[in-house]
Amino acid sequence: MTTARIVITPPRRLNVPRWREVWEAREIFYSFGVRDIVLRYRQTAIGVAWVVLQPLVTAAIFAIVFGRVAGLPTGGVPYFLFAFAGTAAWTVFSGVLTRAAPSLVANQALVSKVFFPRVVVPLSVVMSVLLDFVVSLALFAVLLAVNGVNPGWAVLALPLWTLCALALGSGIGLAASAIMVKYRDVQYVLPWLVQVLMYATPVAYSLDAVPAGLSWWFEANPLTWLMECFRWSMLGTAAPPAWQVAGLLGASAVAVVGGLLVFQRREREFADLI
Amino acid sequence: MSATTSSPPDTAISSRGLAKSYRIATSGRSHDRLSEALVARVRRPFHRREFETFDALHDLSFDIPWGEAVGIVGRNGAGKSTLLKILTRITAPSGGRVELGGRVGSLLEVGTGFHPELTGRENIYLNGSLLGMGRSEIKRRFDDIVRFSGVEKFLDTPVKRYSSGMYVRLAFSVAAHLETEILAIDEVLAVGDAEFQRKSLDKMRDVAKDGRAVLYVSHQMQTVTTLCTSAMFLDRGRLVHHGTVDDVMAAYRDSFTSFRESQEDVRRRPGSGLIRFARVTTPEVREPVDDTVITFEVGANPEIVGKYFVTCHVRDQRGVIVTQCDSRLVSQWFDPSEPHGGEVRIKDLWLQPGLYTVDMYLCQAGVFDEWQAAATFEVLPHLPYPEVVIEDGIFGAVLCDFDYEAW
Repeated sequence: MTTARIVITPPRRLNVPRWREVWEAREIFYSFGVRDIVLRYRQTAIGVAWVVLQPLVTAAIFAIVFGRVAGLPTGGVPYFLFAFAGTAAWTVFSGVLTRAAPSLVANQALVSKVFFPRVVVPLSVVMSVLLDFVVSLALFAVLLAVNGVNPGWAVLALPLWTLCALALGSGIGLAASAIMVKYRDVQYVLPWLVQVLMYATPVAYSLDAVPAGLSWWFEANPLTWLMECFRWSMLGTAAPPAWQVAGLLGASAVAVVGGLLVFQRREREFADLI
Repeated sequence: MSATTSSPPDTAISSRGLAKSYRIATSGRSHDRLSEALVARVRRPFHRREFETFDALHDLSFDIPWGEAVGIVGRNGAGKSTLLKILTRITAPSGGRVELGGRVGSLLEVGTGFHPELTGRENIYLNGSLLGMGRSEIKRRFDDIVRFSGVEKFLDTPVKRYSSGMYVRLAFSVAAHLETEILAIDEVLAVGDAEFQRKSLDKMRDVAKDGRAVLYVSHQMQTVTTLCTSAMFLDRGRLVHHGTVDDVMAAYRDSFTSFRESQEDVRRRPGSGLIRFARVTTPEVREPVDDTVITFEVGANPEIVGKYFVTCHVRDQRGVIVTQCDSRLVSQWFDPSEPHGGEVRIKDLWLQPGLYTVDMYLCQAGVFDEWQAAATFEVLPHLPYPEVVIEDGIFGAVLCDFDYEAW
């Protein structure tokens, strides 16, 4: 038997994930991701069409409410495109967050009976969220062409912003999923919180529409920076100030590290509590 | 626990001072809701909650060499399942150190990773990866897994449409084709499907023959004796005995005896004590078809008004009450003004081979005397049938007298 010996000891105060094990669990990550994607549209009548339909309808509603009814400015971009870009980007963040949070409790049979690095469970939702985003992007590209809008070279930075959205969503999602093992309140509070956040963040309206007296409040929100960066890359609007870009990168790193720490700190009790 | 006592590198499992304790909140309630926890924190910001620790496992040190099939025995709550959970790394220990010489696969829970909406094929991949197989490894064994399970035709059907038998067969064949260096089996969790238990046992034999290591948690002395090469006996979280199967079984039996002896002291027995059993006896060994005869002697207490009755429970090794014989059911009452002798004769009950204990009660409106494990007896492993066809015994809680006729 030449396999490396595995040592089991009580977890330390700072419970750093064993990266080698996490890497070895990539199959599980992949299997979970595939499972989520396959399951979501199995036994549905129009299947994958939902991926396309949802952002279209949401963007249309936003365009009507904020563009027509409220008559908010967008800086020259058609409101439908503006709202579509906003919701697509927002969905990456909120999708990861809202699916990661209940994942541990939903998989409690596994968590209490099989061993594998637990981080894989909340992180695996990233795959299905990314797939949705890619489909939305393809649709968005068509819409851009139809409307004759060219975002320019800024589009190259899009993967970076996507990574930031994933980092913010999964960081908070990791912490939320770990806390939910003990406190099920999270499942009631979180959807509400995400909705509040969506209206508090310029997703369906632009920062220009915010009254000057309140704008500092909006500009202090890392999600605002995220939306500004996304819109710069997707619509070719004005580039966000450098401090916002730096702040976004910083906030993403803090979210991931913080979320991991909270998660790992509680990981030891999952099987005993769940 | 110091570095100098490090274990030899060629063992399958080495444990040093392994401990697991659970914290049970004693001051105030445990807070299940975030709001409660926050309110409690705000009210008494500097209050540290007090905990009572419950030691599920206490200072376990042992080495298990390769090629051993180790039976882990003990009464309910002795810590057997906790030990297995730590070794399979589902839960973390609170002290000590364990070294494993390889991956630990478990047949604890077959099919936990199965998702009803996914097809058989998809579930094989999902479950395989959960058990620690790589994608290429699963691909390589895919045909074997499918052949073993016999569900070829339904590979692309969601498993929710499977019969429960097909479901278990597929789940088991995935687990059975996992080639981990160490295999853990918990009998308690594996109950439910007789076929599956038999297959797990066969699998266990093969694994140990290959020079890997097997851990087997069981209540059944019979299977431990036939399948294991060594055994461990846990009692209230402590490793009482680790050695040959025969020695451990003797220690395990003795533990029943010592509990029985403690109950012979009337001061340790529950009940009001107004009247007590003086003696309870039964033949120590019997055949499955024999009548069970328990004789007892009860003292007198003229101050008791009215008659009392006797009741008797027969329990198997798992503590399950096989039957209750209440003297009221056969309208037998006893007069407390004078001492009595008596006997319970249980007829037409064919017990499975194994160890049984008898609990005796003296009752009226309340319980006068409760004597747990007042007597023990062993049913010999002889099956009362003319032919011997099944090697591992017969399934079921009890045996029965049956006949077949062909028309």
